[in-house]
Amino acid sequence: MRIALFITCVNDTLFPDTGRSVVRLLERLGHEVVFPTEQTCCGQMHYNTGYRRPAARLAVRFARTFDGADAVVVPSASCAAMIREHYPKLGRSGSRLSRRMADLGPRVYDLTEFLVDVLGVTDVGAYYPHKVVYHPTCHGLRSLGLGDRPYRLLRAVRGLELLELPGATECCGFGGTFSVKNGDVSAAMGFDKARHAMETGAEVLCAVDNSCLMHIGGTLSRQRSGLRIAHIAEILASTEKEYATT
Amino acid sequence: MSSATFLGMPPFPEAAEHAVRDARTRHNLHKATHTIRGKRDAVVGELGDDWARLRAEGEAVKTHTLRHLDHYLERLEESVQRAGGTVHWAADAAEANAIVTRLVRRTGETEVVKVKSMATQEIELNNALEAAGITAYETDLAELIVQLGEDLPSHILVPAIHLGRSQIREIFLDKMAEWGVPAPADLTDDPRALAEAARVHLRELFLRSKVAVSGANFAVADSGTLVVLESEGNGRMCLTLPETLISVVGIEKIVPTWSDLEVFLQLLPRSSTGERMNPYTSTWTGVTPGDGPQDFHLVLLDNGRTDVLADTVGRQALRCIRCSACLNICPVYERTGGHAYGSVYPGPIGAILTPQLHGMSSEVDRALPYASSLCGACYDVCPVAIDIPEVLVHLREQVASAPGHMGEKAMMAGAEAVFGSSTALDAAQRAAGLVGGAIPKHLPGTAGKWTDTRDLPEIPRGSFRQWWNEREEDR
Ligand code: SF4
Repeated sequence: MRIALFITCVNDTLFPDTGRSVVRLLERLGHEVVFPTEQTCCGQMHYNTGYRRPAARLAVRFARTFDGADAVVVPSASCAAMIREHYPKLGRSGSRLSRRMADLGPRVYDLTEFLVDVLGVTDVGAYYPHKVVYHPTCHGLRSLGLGDRPYRLLRAVRGLELLELPGATECCGFGGTFSVKNGDVSAAMGFDKARHAMETGAEVLCAVDNSCLMHIGGTLSRQRSGLRIAHIAEILASTEKEYATT
Repeated sequence: MSSATFLGMPPFPEAAEHAVRDARTRHNLHKATHTIRGKRDAVVGELGDDWARLRAEGEAVKTHTLRHLDHYLERLEESVQRAGGTVHWAADAAEANAIVTRLVRRTGETEVVKVKSMATQEIELNNALEAAGITAYETDLAELIVQLGEDLPSHILVPAIHLGRSQIREIFLDKMAEWGVPAPADLTDDPRALAEAARVHLRELFLRSKVAVSGANFAVADSGTLVVLESEGNGRMCLTLPETLISVVGIEKIVPTWSDLEVFLQLLPRSSTGERMNPYTSTWTGVTPGDGPQDFHLVLLDNGRTDVLADTVGRQALRCIRCSACLNICPVYERTGGHAYGSVYPGPIGAILTPQLHGMSSEVDRALPYASSLCGACYDVCPVAIDIPEVLVHLREQVASAPGHMGEKAMMAGAEAVFGSSTALDAAQRAAGLVGGAIPKHLPGTAGKWTDTRDLPEIPRGSFRQWWNEREEDR
């Protein structure tokens, strides 16, 4: 299968390892990955902060860039949710954007959805000998309804010990511009998330969204906790041969 | 005796900055919200798929009623008048307060007992009555605590949720004597002892009072019946013992028929107190000769509601049945408490309802739509499926398109310019890669809100697209 990768601006700029892992993983599973280089950003920050028009222009750009793709894989649940949930509402009904998204939207997937639902795999042949907790980010949990897909993928990883994260369904407090507009509340929420993760004795906290991980990871790092973060793609891409260094 | 007011409070981020440092309140709130979440989950969970059907039905009834509100309001007026009640229309808080004051004055009384009511909190009725020389006694246990403590409510259902029992004991010992029967000198902070002190204190008021003021959870258009759900029975006392009853009810509280109540009497208790059924449900229809209050007035309150109704996205907030489930689940509310919202309606529903009712006229109102991480937990639990995140974003659009906040607008425009072309993005990424190592650990200005408590991620030397392009060239 020919898979179009929408890397997202955050991953592209700050977390290239996640992108490399997605490519390595999908190619290892026998698929061809393409990266339409015209892509930039899904517009989530603009949209969530109240800047609808710029968000709509970025939506148009996305729809144009990925027009005709068999499947678009997004290693970020919140960006996938932005595209699937909010793009259709950004264009007027009957507009080119809404027509294009009605067609393309259903073929836009979060990485874990794509693996489990489209490729039908849960054991991706990964090896990752660490104690791990999984934080189900809000958009993965409530907007996309990822359910147990990420857990099934992680449980099939050799060497990985999956620990239970208390208060897992509670928001980490990132929330895009919320993290600075209401920095104090965001920090209080982030600290609780970090504390819950630390109390499990895990070495690694993983999620399907690097923006949430950047916030939780920044908190963990400020606490000098010794607990590190990893995008789920990095864990799933890791094998005995190509062992992830992150 | 003085009444507190939300007027003049700082906007949410500032209020929250202090609130998150208040360890005692944080502890009380954590305990209370988690207890009630657990109870709600259990009684909602036991219904299985029926819950989703009930929720859809509740949403549908409310949506239908709001669409034909003019019709149902007239119907309600007719029904209430036919049943011997008098209907008054109040366009805003001042009108409503004037009507209630006039009605109480006419009885010659100078005190009223009150059933817990959000509508009368919203119009600050107690302050208005006080200014007219009339004392209003709150009789809901939590409202009583807030009133005695000269405090402000911090939760829709449990206005004193921010207080622990030792604090309540102090308030009772200090203040009860000023208002009526004093608390016993040997009062302990045992919940039963506290409830007993309140019972003795309130009983005297119930037996003495000739006028009661209430709100209503529902108003049935067909029959003219008003409905109050409660736990303590104190509302029942107020609704049955006095001679005159004045009910102040928001115009969105209407349901068309008695049988529509079936849905809401299941949705509300399960969502609010986490019970299958609340202990007391009182209904009254106009005046029943020889039974209960013989003089009944219904004050129908607009106070911004028709403006909300005109907004096609925002109007769903009027479906709210004030259950508080969204407050209890909200991770922001849990950490700040209700006072930080600077409004009678706190939490997620307050963040979408208050700015709409006020028309975003103040800094406090304009900050409220941002008082959320958009995690969506509120939408999940809302028994009438109000998409609170959707309304929050909609209101943010209104704030963002108004004049001001030039810094943010410039930042957003800059971001759009970078994301407007992949060449610009690539250039920005290369620049960031070059200076990445030189970014200070503590940033100035708004960005400092990040680095105050969190480290920044390391800026990688190369972006993903750089790596991809190099790989393509090598092939
Ligand atoms: S918005 Fe929904 S959950 Fe919140 S108080 Fe109203 S009805 Fe309850």
